Amino acid sequence: MIKRAVRIALATLGMASAVAGASDSPASLMAQYAKQAGVPVSALSASRGAALYRTEHPGRNGQAVSCAACHTANPTRAGRTRVGKRIEPLAPAANPQRFTDAAKVEKWFRRNCQDVLQRECSAQEKGDFIAWLSQAR
Amino acid sequence: MNYLLRGIGVVAAVGVAGLLAFSMPSGDAHGDGGGNTLPRVTNKNWQQECASCHIAYAPALLPKASWRRLMGGLDQHFGENASLDPATQADILRFLEANAADAGSSSMGRRVMQGMNPNEAPLRITETRWFVRKHDEVSRATWSRKSIGSAANCAACHRQAEQGVFDEDTVRIPK
Repeated sequence: MIKRAVRIALATLGMASAVAGASDSPASLMAQYAKQAGVPVSALSASRGAALYRTEHPGRNGQAVSCAACHTANPTRAGRTRVGKRIEPLAPAANPQRFTDAAKVEKWFRRNCQDVLQRECSAQEKGDFIAWLSQAR
Repeated sequence: MNYLLRGIGVVAAVGVAGLLAFSMPSGDAHGDGGGNTLPRVTNKNWQQECASCHIAYAPALLPKASWRRLMGGLDQHFGENASLDPATQADILRFLEANAADAGSSSMGRRVMQGMNPNEAPLRITETRWFVRKHDEVSRATWSRKSIGSAANCAACHRQAEQGVFDEDTVRIPK
């Protein structure tokens, strides 16, 4: 009886850890952000996402910054960090690893929205952004 | 019955968490490489997080006090937000401190510490006297070449920098 209970407990834990791994997808993240924003997924806008990606903003040191500045104008291409390291493409069509790990996605939104917009991005903006990148070819 | 199951679940969870904690390496030293090869020490979080934007700079290139300052200001990391969750940040700092230039664990570290004031805590490796002396033949114009970008881009010239190899015969300065 106890053995069986332990087995059930371990199996449950195993499933939980599998879920905690990289089991997200662009679609599941869009659904999550839409829900957070209180809108249906259909209200996410790829064109708003594209504008967010391309618009230049005044950076901390006065220089213009945008997502495209490092990720390049074409998100299916590899970008470059300020110190010259390669950034793998952002668009899932070119890099299927993208938007498969919610924690990683949140980490980079937190950092890069601060760098580019000087504030955090809203759930709606995050959803729009993924909506655009998911259809970039 | 329900309580028994729940109790067993909790015990199992704690056990698994404990096992995971012990199986995760947080700094594995293989000794000093000697010469201009950096000690082959590694840490999963350090490699994964630091190397997402630049090469993971070896801990032996700065003293502990520098690493503490640097890791304490990740939200303004040379003009970029590189903030981490507290657990990851603490793990990386532990690794950096344990293998820092003044940790006494590498000959590279001892060389970096030569000529450094005990109260000095530079944030840039390129500001250490050791770095400046080692690169005194490189002109300003060379550093600013598009193919190099900045002195932070070790791998532009040190072709095996990612493997910790900085021997002169592996250097090729790009045009």
